[in-house]
Amino acid sequence: MSTPSNAVPGSPLESQATAPAVITAGRRMYWSVRRELWENRSIYIAPLAAGGVFLLAFLIALAISPRHRHEPLDIPYEFAAALIMGTAFIVGIFYSLDALYGERRDRSILFWKSLPVSDLTTVLSKLAIPLVILPFLSFAIAVVTQFVMLLLSSAFLLGSGLGVGTLGSRMSFFHMSLMLLYHILTVHGLWYAPIYGWLLLISAWAPRAPFIWAFLPPFVIWGVEKIAFRTSHFLGMLQYRLTGPVPSTTTARSGNLMEMMSALTPGQFFSTPGLWVGLAVAAIFLATAVRLRRYREPI
Amino acid sequence: MPCIEARGLRKAFGTTVAVDGIDLRVEEGRILGLIGPNGAGKTTALNAILGLTSYQGQLRVLGRDPWTEREKLMRDACFIADVAVLPRWMRVWQALDYFAGVHPRFDRAKAEGFLAKTTIGRSSKVRELSKGMVAQLHLALVMAIDAKLLVLDEPTLGLDILYRKQFYDSLLNDYFDRSRTIVVTTHQVEEIQDVLTDVMFINRGRIVFDCSMEEFESRYLEVMVNPEQIAAARALKPIHERQVFGRSILLFDRVERQQLAALGDVRTPSIADLFVAVLSNQSGVAQGGAR
Repeated sequence: MSTPSNAVPGSPLESQATAPAVITAGRRMYWSVRRELWENRSIYIAPLAAGGVFLLAFLIALAISPRHRHEPLDIPYEFAAALIMGTAFIVGIFYSLDALYGERRDRSILFWKSLPVSDLTTVLSKLAIPLVILPFLSFAIAVVTQFVMLLLSSAFLLGSGLGVGTLGSRMSFFHMSLMLLYHILTVHGLWYAPIYGWLLLISAWAPRAPFIWAFLPPFVIWGVEKIAFRTSHFLGMLQYRLTGPVPSTTTARSGNLMEMMSALTPGQFFSTPGLWVGLAVAAIFLATAVRLRRYREPI
Repeated sequence: MPCIEARGLRKAFGTTVAVDGIDLRVEEGRILGLIGPNGAGKTTALNAILGLTSYQGQLRVLGRDPWTEREKLMRDACFIADVAVLPRWMRVWQALDYFAGVHPRFDRAKAEGFLAKTTIGRSSKVRELSKGMVAQLHLALVMAIDAKLLVLDEPTLGLDILYRKQFYDSLLNDYFDRSRTIVVTTHQVEEIQDVLTDVMFINRGRIVFDCSMEEFESRYLEVMVNPEQIAAARALKPIHERQVFGRSILLFDRVERQQLAALGDVRTPSIADLFVAVLSNQSGVAQGGAR
């Protein structure tokens, strides 16, 4: 009011009068996740590479071994999915271990904390990578890989004079993809949550060498239990967590993936106490990681 | 409402007390220089102000508790920490996208305008930029934020004189507008003397000196005393005395200029000289050739 003459059109003051943009929590989350993908390109490169390598191997197999042409088994399809998901799982582990440690090591935590993004948003966006992004990404890559495999074997079958009908007699492609999605969402998205929660917690806490801090304690607990009580409940618990909520007769990860997944209906899966215990543990780990990040400074 | 208000601010790491009961009040529109030796507690105090570290005592920044409300505070405050902390993998366009994505007061066009004056390419990675360019990039990002408080902790550390000068020039010309508040720490005190409106010395976790630059200029005078008048000069109780090329330079607090003019050449001291004087008087330790 005192100096209206200052408000000359086009003066620098004018541009400052613009109202601040409204930034919703969802938008902050979206950009936080994008930032993770910028930094860690292995999140999509590694599963893509796994799919590509598998396709190459499949093509070679088709070309040199005629047996495959006549027996278009489901197994290579499952194996492709398992390979891609396994790659994504390993990427998820290493990503989670570095997620809250790397920013302290390279001091960029000071930069991230200078922006209006809460520790909760940051930790959740980092959790979203192994729990949401990697599962959906590996699902998409697996389906595309399997579809290309289907096309390739169809082409070879046609070329060898056999009908494409033999493929149709197998589990339908759509059904297979649906089962895969179910497996990925339940096991990778929910069942593994405490694993990633633990890794993020260690990543937020470790003064150095998060890898050792993440894997040594379980090892020590296992050893102490073995020597002191001559039992291995802890190891059993870890196995249960890693292999998924399936009857122990089908724990072998190789081959019978479909069997494994169809072993549990959604009703059975969601009434497994282990799922809810795991999610509760994951929530505690994450809450601690959020709290820790507030106190964390560069190392 | 003051921009920053602290009462009895204290922070200890184990048995080491980094900040030992600071009372501080920074009004809106000031440019405060926080000067202190290494390990004096400057960075710890600034970290408390920015919500990066927990603390004891009372502290309000822009009316908020920085420790519990860092996220909200960072909508109105921003900072450049002591060394280059921009993530090295980041590309310039990614930094612009990200700021525009998460910061409600970020003006992308403004940042692009600042960057256009530099040689920084849009697709360069931070690791490919020189130290000076990283500082330019960070400053361009920060200046495009319409913030009320800007905290700079050794922002020009390791930069050459050209970049340092340019840094403070653009800060004054393109950013500061009397409604913003800037707090800056640096070891290159001489370079910011003309920039500041207030100066504060901190030593061993305490504020040992606090005054506005107007007061500083009217209170303190430095005299290069003619050798024959040294006894008369010392009778006026200088707060500090040092020798340069065999001549005594005496620093006076609240002594009339005319009185001093008779003793030798009078001039306004540099902040660095006063800093040395205050610190050596305080600790009794000879610093910077004081005796």
